[in-house]
Amino acid sequence: MTTAAKPLLSVRNLVTRFGRGRGAVTAVDDVSFDVGVGETVAVVGESGSGKSVTALSILRLIPSPPGRIESGEILFEGRDLTKLSEREIMEIRGDRIAMIFQEPMSSLNPVLTVGLQVAEPINVHRRKPWDVALGAAKQLLGRVRMSDTESRVRAYPHQFSGGMRQRAMIAMALACEPRLIIADEPTTALDVTVQAQILDLLKDLAQGSRCSLILITHDLGVVARYADRVVVMYAGRVVEQAPARELYANPRHPYTRGLMASVPRLDGDTSKRLVPIDGQPPNLARLPTGCAFAPRCRQATDLCHRERPALAEIGPQHQTACWLETPAHV
Amino acid sequence: MSEADVLLRVDDLQVHFPVHKGAVFRKQVATVKAVDGVSFQLKRGETLGLVGESGCGKSTTGLAILRMLEPSGGRIEFEGQDITHFDKSSLRPLRRRMQMVYQDPFGSLNPRMKVRDIIGEPLEVHGLAKDRNVFDQRIAQLMRTVGLLPDMADRFPHEFSGGQRQRIGIARALALEPALIICDEPVSALDVSIQAQVVNVFVELQQRLGMAYLFIAHDLAVVRHVSDRIAVMYLGRIVEIAARDEIYRRPLHPYTQALLAAVPVADPVVEATRKRVAVSGEVPSAMNPPSGCRFHTRCPLAMDRCRHEDPALRDLGAGRAVACHLHDMAA
Repeated sequence: MTTAAKPLLSVRNLVTRFGRGRGAVTAVDDVSFDVGVGETVAVVGESGSGKSVTALSILRLIPSPPGRIESGEILFEGRDLTKLSEREIMEIRGDRIAMIFQEPMSSLNPVLTVGLQVAEPINVHRRKPWDVALGAAKQLLGRVRMSDTESRVRAYPHQFSGGMRQRAMIAMALACEPRLIIADEPTTALDVTVQAQILDLLKDLAQGSRCSLILITHDLGVVARYADRVVVMYAGRVVEQAPARELYANPRHPYTRGLMASVPRLDGDTSKRLVPIDGQPPNLARLPTGCAFAPRCRQATDLCHRERPALAEIGPQHQTACWLETPAHV
Repeated sequence: MSEADVLLRVDDLQVHFPVHKGAVFRKQVATVKAVDGVSFQLKRGETLGLVGESGCGKSTTGLAILRMLEPSGGRIEFEGQDITHFDKSSLRPLRRRMQMVYQDPFGSLNPRMKVRDIIGEPLEVHGLAKDRNVFDQRIAQLMRTVGLLPDMADRFPHEFSGGQRQRIGIARALALEPALIICDEPVSALDVSIQAQVVNVFVELQQRLGMAYLFIAHDLAVVRHVSDRIAVMYLGRIVEIAARDEIYRRPLHPYTQALLAAVPVADPVVEATRKRVAVSGEVPSAMNPPSGCRFHTRCPLAMDRCRHEDPALRDLGAGRAVACHLHDMAA
């Protein structure tokens, strides 16, 4: 992202917590990142890294109680989304910002036709009468490359395959020409050949309308193929962020390096042993006082166990939160 | 491959499931041909990767070989014996030689049993657990083999992480020292940073103990890492089978090509220049598979002949076979 252009979305020191008192869990802990206009940003992490909660926080979809956004700002088109009333955020959801979930079957309403569901945002946000909205829905289904849209608009979600449902979700997301689409593991439930179709389609359509994309995933291959910039999360924090090419060429955080060494590649050397990351993903309810990755890190020092490193600039647009990379602090 | 080396020989295996309709007068209205003419061989100590998308019949093939599903046709030969229609009493000794590791490390371990009893259950079932001391030693040894601490033997499954549970499942499969382990998506439920740990366990155990694996998975990069040979399945059939490097370097079947091209490589520089083979649509229903070549509805190279004529799996020599009319000439 260029420094001159103003980012479309700017998440600043976001903290999202669940529960209260001793059982409280900080799912998102002081997370900051920007998304530029037309940019695709991948948020990468394993289960419990806080990547999905970050996405839900942006759209204010955190179930409350038990969850709440405790502090921080989410700046989008000049407004702080955390300060908006429920009514104001509803006007943004599905209009300026759209979301695509992992499991299309559970995010589509089983008793409404697909056409009606794709038309709904146009009816609600654009105040168009239903017949006009349904006509637009037919066009949208065509844009996500469905054939025979005439009968597809009248079909119900159960009559669709997994890939078709995800296409319908994309059509719904595109309905009001959003500036930002957040896709949370949009293809994890799909087969590889269908995954490639859906992600290609999503990227094409987003690029065509200069719409920004936040792609939440655990798949480093998907990130390499589609992302401009990458945010790596671990235990609720950003541990590294950089432009995609820079991150893959020069990963600096031991967790990022560990991930890259542990995943077998289609073009990798099969005679080499995979290098796993020791230990297990962290338990958010019992995080260590220092760096959350320290218990699994082979290079951890006393300092790492004692104090948390802050995210620091280590190169152009490249930041990491690791004591090994910030010797000035030692 | 010499006859003595062949551990498992599967010949024209078919597993069909009837589809019924009606509650009172149940009648069969259709047949799902989940596995429809699958043939391959597996050598001792070898790993054959079985890949394909959901519904291609790869798991059903595994279950039929284990005889947890009744084959509808064809022949399965294991260690020189025809086991296709073994009855219950003959299956028991067979199961000492052939074990399974499941996908879901949460669902496949009994939550009320201690790890010791889970790993030791096969020994009990086969009457090999008479002496308590020997039994305990064997459990400790098995746990060390898969990288677990023996002093955790009295804990319950919920006290373990996903990766550790999968190790427990592997230790249970190893207990009887089988000649073949069928692994059905053994790492796909695990977090990425944990998958490598379990993959390494599989690779190292084979080097030490020399058992064969039938490694069923949809992750082509993982399969490539562990397999000697790979069979690609589509709608109940093997469409291509070859040595690992052959299939990844020079895939012949258009489906294999599409499958490999669809998997992104974790390197943006490589991705920017990679050739993309696009296939349209999704896998058709196995209840009503397309005529001719089953892949013709999605194949970018389909010819008229492909719509009518079902291509046979044709041997191209050097352990390579492909079922595609485009490669008829090559044979």
